[in-house]
Amino acid sequence: MMIRALAIGLILAAAVPALAGELERVPPVTHAATKEECGSCHMAYQPAFLPAASWNAIMDNLSNHFGENAGLPADTAADIRQYLTGHAGRGNGAVQRISDLRWWQKEHRRISDAGWKKAGSKAACQACHTGAEQGMFEDD
Amino acid sequence: MIPKPILVGALVLAFAAGSALAADNPTRRTILDSFAAEAKQADPGFTGFSAERGAAFFAATQSGGGAETPSCTTCHGANPIARGQTRAGKPIEPMAVSAAPDRFTDPEKVAKWFERNCASVLGRACTAQEKGDFITFMATK
Repeated sequence: MMIRALAIGLILAAAVPALAGELERVPPVTHAATKEECGSCHMAYQPAFLPAASWNAIMDNLSNHFGENAGLPADTAADIRQYLTGHAGRGNGAVQRISDLRWWQKEHRRISDAGWKKAGSKAACQACHTGAEQGMFEDD
Repeated sequence: MIPKPILVGALVLAFAAGSALAADNPTRRTILDSFAAEAKQADPGFTGFSAERGAAFFAATQSGGGAETPSCTTCHGANPIARGQTRAGKPIEPMAVSAAPDRFTDPEKVAKWFERNCASVLGRACTAQEKGDFITFMATK
């Protein structure tokens, strides 16, 4: 049990910095329906930020999408799901909020409360990362 | 040579017609007419939409919806002429027709956002009267 936990811990420790570095540039969203539908309330996050299991969980529950109804016609939802899961990143699917991912929290650990207030929301990548929509997440 | 007062008068008329047209776009009229028919069916005593009721509905704090979205104004802001902001920090174009002339001219979009947002804010579908009052209010703003 202890050994298993330790092994998982080591794998995560090794994976996180590599993932963070890799994700400073992510392939931008190229799918029109994803851009349009996801992008009407928040930045259309690039599919590589979450594993397929997370995208599936999100698409399974659009009627309660982080507290709001984001329902879509079945065909549009299926189309978007296919794009997101087909271009997904790696991970175990334990979380659905990108800002709950450990590497994300590490990267943003120095942001003050005032900084978050200015950004408006942790969901508003583009408030600080001006190239976020294009997939550029270098420190701005 | 057209006398100046007549020319000015004609220009004023043209502007007035233009702004009346903006408030009474034919597609928006069709959308409102269909809500009116639905409202009449639900309540034979229905006599028409009210901008005042729409204003009160827009500003009201509702119960029954999500904790994060108690009112239309949570995201749209209290002033319909100004932009709002989603909880995820993205700007929302003004709801007032005077500030955003395209508002309520796409039936699919109108249906989609009432369906979503009424569920989020009220925890139920809006009635045809609520939807008609809302649009009527926004068309006067």
